[in-house]
Amino acid sequence: MIDREQVLHVARLARLELTDEEVGRMSAELSDVLGHIEKIGELDLDGVPPTTHVVEVSNALRPDEVEPSLPREVALASAPAVAGGGFLVPSPQADAVDP
Amino acid sequence: MTEDRNPSTDLTTLTASAAVDAMARGEFTAADLFDAYRAAAAADELNAYLWVANGEDGAPAIADDAPLAGVPLAVKDLFCTEDVPSQAGSKILEDYRPPYTASVVARLAAAGAPLLGKTNQDEFAMGSSNENSAFGPVLNPWDRGRVPGGSSGGSAAAVAAGSAPWALGTDTGGSIRQPAALCGIVGLKPTYGTISRYGMIAFASSLDQAGPLTRDVTDAALLLRHMVGQDPRDCTSIGFPGEISHPTATTLEGIRLGVPEELTGEGVGIDAGVLETFNATLELAERLGATVHTCRLPHAQHALSAYYVLAPAEASSNLARFDGVRYGARVENGGLLGMYTNTRSQGFGTEVKRRIMLGTYSLSSGYYDAYYGRAQRVRTKISEDFATAFGEFDFVATPTSPTVAFELGAKTADPMSMYVNDYCTVPMSLAGIPAISIPNGLSEGLPTGFQLAGPAFSENRILDAAFALESAIGFDHSGARKGGQA
Repeated sequence: MIDREQVLHVARLARLELTDEEVGRMSAELSDVLGHIEKIGELDLDGVPPTTHVVEVSNALRPDEVEPSLPREVALASAPAVAGGGFLVPSPQADAVDP
Repeated sequence: MTEDRNPSTDLTTLTASAAVDAMARGEFTAADLFDAYRAAAAADELNAYLWVANGEDGAPAIADDAPLAGVPLAVKDLFCTEDVPSQAGSKILEDYRPPYTASVVARLAAAGAPLLGKTNQDEFAMGSSNENSAFGPVLNPWDRGRVPGGSSGGSAAAVAAGSAPWALGTDTGGSIRQPAALCGIVGLKPTYGTISRYGMIAFASSLDQAGPLTRDVTDAALLLRHMVGQDPRDCTSIGFPGEISHPTATTLEGIRLGVPEELTGEGVGIDAGVLETFNATLELAERLGATVHTCRLPHAQHALSAYYVLAPAEASSNLARFDGVRYGARVENGGLLGMYTNTRSQGFGTEVKRRIMLGTYSLSSGYYDAYYGRAQRVRTKISEDFATAFGEFDFVATPTSPTVAFELGAKTADPMSMYVNDYCTVPMSLAGIPAISIPNGLSEGLPTGFQLAGPAFSENRILDAAFALESAIGFDHSGARKGGQA
């Protein structure tokens, strides 16, 4: 039901690269799971509103007051690479083509 | 762990509540208790812990009037704890030490429950057996060849084996209740929103809820009392109306129990031995004064399908943040996109990738209405089913898990066979209502769980009923200790 082509498309959207073997396995497993899930297609749900929140809450408001947040150096401390007080990432131009 | 201990001096045999009382009588100090548990956690052979508090720093200071008096707490790995590894069982967060502590962990520390250790779990809480941890599976203390359940399997195994007095877990579709059942302890999933999710590494935000794993119902109530509360840092947190009280009920006089046909009837696939212990407890409930009748939850049979649309969809969105930029692992490969893709492909395990794929697919253009939109409508019907049932019944009762603990590796090859473990726990998660699992006797020498669910905010009534049942069942916990310690 989900072929290799679709698996590769979804993997691109999810920023995952799958090996050939993983693509085959994923295609079979996702098809199996979706086969079960599709039983909800048989239900008559006309006019049923979708759940947006399980417990009724109205707007959660708070006073708009300035509060201390994480100091910059603490926020950066766990990053794999930093430079000039910010997160350092590889250049998008170094990607050959959109895989 | 091999020396002979005089049982009267082994502090780790006491429930948390009993330890609080004993310390109030001056029988031992919080430092004695912390040391005893630290030693037990450090000697754990079940792979239940990913980090244990360092003994060299001594026991943490506890305020004299702290209500939890210094009873230490094991915490599931996915709760952020400042400067302490918080990896959510994932290689992508290996040795990640967050700059802040989750609100519920901070709240409990302030109440006198200091951090004992971080417990192993399925990666990002995705799993029902703990076999999806990047750090190896947890073993069931009743039988080390079997799984402890999941995803809070490390927390459940630690509490059952006696290397923690109590523990925090999280439940998205059964991840507290199912491992509690398979390890023979108490696990409670509270009403959605009663406990802050701030600092809990997110799986499926509309379902995730923290809760206690404890040796008995009294401890569950005590821990929960200090967990609930509104938190300005989590705008979905609503707190609990009133206080969680100490359970005292000795009868079930006037209680109406509904047993949903859709979750317990023929063809559902509950093991015969599990059903036998379940039915025995229903008879016990009747002897305690409850009435027991079949009830209907017409859409419950579709809960698992709706869940496996909604939870992966939310996960695919939540896990987008693991991209090698701000924290965690990074694997370079050419440019930015190559780095994102390589980091995620090498950092995530198989089940996490599977769920990200499933969620990305069902949210992708052209499929949203057929999957996510429909599943949210099924969710509404399931909530309505419960509302109807609670018009006639005080609680809904089911077995927690359709089977006892299964053997390691038995279900890893087939994702669907793993997912059906959650058949009886997922409906309550979708409806956001509270549910408890209590130990319910043995089948094949292994624990089974009895699940009680009630309407939103009925925690006090659930705990009272569970307390009365627990006393009547008289579950023998000793099997976990024999298997859990060398």
